[in-house]
Amino acid sequence: MSVALANDCGGCATGCNTAQLTRLGIKSDGFDYIIALAGNPNTGKSTIFNKLTGLHQHVGNWAGKTVARAEGAFNLNNKKFKIVDLPGTYSLLSTSVDEEIARDFVLFGKPDVTIVVADATRLERNLNLVLQILEITDRVVVAVNLMDEAKRNDLTVDERALSRDLGVPVIPMTARRGEGVNELLNAVEKVAGGGYAARPHRIKYSDEKIENAVQTLAKQLNETFENLPNARWVALRLLEGDESIIRAVREQTLGNLKQSRGFPQLVQLEV
Amino acid sequence: MTLNLLPTGRSATITKIHSKNAERRRMFDLGILPGTRIENVMPSPLGDPIAYRVRSSVVALRTEQAELIEIEETLELK
Repeated sequence: MSVALANDCGGCATGCNTAQLTRLGIKSDGFDYIIALAGNPNTGKSTIFNKLTGLHQHVGNWAGKTVARAEGAFNLNNKKFKIVDLPGTYSLLSTSVDEEIARDFVLFGKPDVTIVVADATRLERNLNLVLQILEITDRVVVAVNLMDEAKRNDLTVDERALSRDLGVPVIPMTARRGEGVNELLNAVEKVAGGGYAARPHRIKYSDEKIENAVQTLAKQLNETFENLPNARWVALRLLEGDESIIRAVREQTLGNLKQSRGFPQLVQLEV
Repeated sequence: MTLNLLPTGRSATITKIHSKNAERRRMFDLGILPGTRIENVMPSPLGDPIAYRVRSSVVALRTEQAELIEIEETLELK
């Protein structure tokens, strides 16, 4: 079934690019790109997921609704995208099982693009997760959803300034009315195809001792685990004392990666 | 003074958080950290937990959690 999304555009006068979108439901095998859909709880991730895939993943106004990840697919301009709807999470420094699902997928699922859905009315709190994801990957599109509610509360979002500051595309949306879906698809396609030069905002650790410790640990991790993406991120979590990451490293279940060499029993850090 | 003593309808600035480990992490993830303004919105029917507004969101904290958050009541200039 082919759906011309332009019909959802309403009287869009700017004549935006009419994306050739075909919703593929759950037929997600043999894809060109894999997209992760992350964000705080109750920001509209599942609504966006349904708009893109034509599926009817249960949408509900409560936290913890998507406890496992849901997968779907769509075709866009002859490229097949698999999209994974993740449970809502406030943070990648997780404390619960559903948050760990989201974290592990963003970290180790190696998505080509991660869409971070943010609530326009609670942008400040939502940006915490955006910054955490930008520490891991620069292939990010930020979807600022619930713009209709923001408008109702007299809030305006300067998406251009936000995009400049974050260094990744920022798309304002009202997903339940289909607003911003075309713009989101354009941005996702651009980032997936490498046509967007991201300059991700990264938190800098000014303390030289922390920086040295991170580098030492990251090097050890890279030597121990084959193909570990984000060794730096893992090193930071180890230094922070994140129990679930410490356990994953100790039990060698980190991202289900096989250990390539013996892990050093004791890592000496000069802190 | 600690957050659990903040009367309904009043705001304060967080000065220190004594929560530990996962709970401390959770507070930070919800935007509850030193320097943040927080308002007691209303108590639940039984008085515990209490709903607080922080960074435009409302979160519920139990008394035992609020006791670990030090605050300074400040005059709001309007």
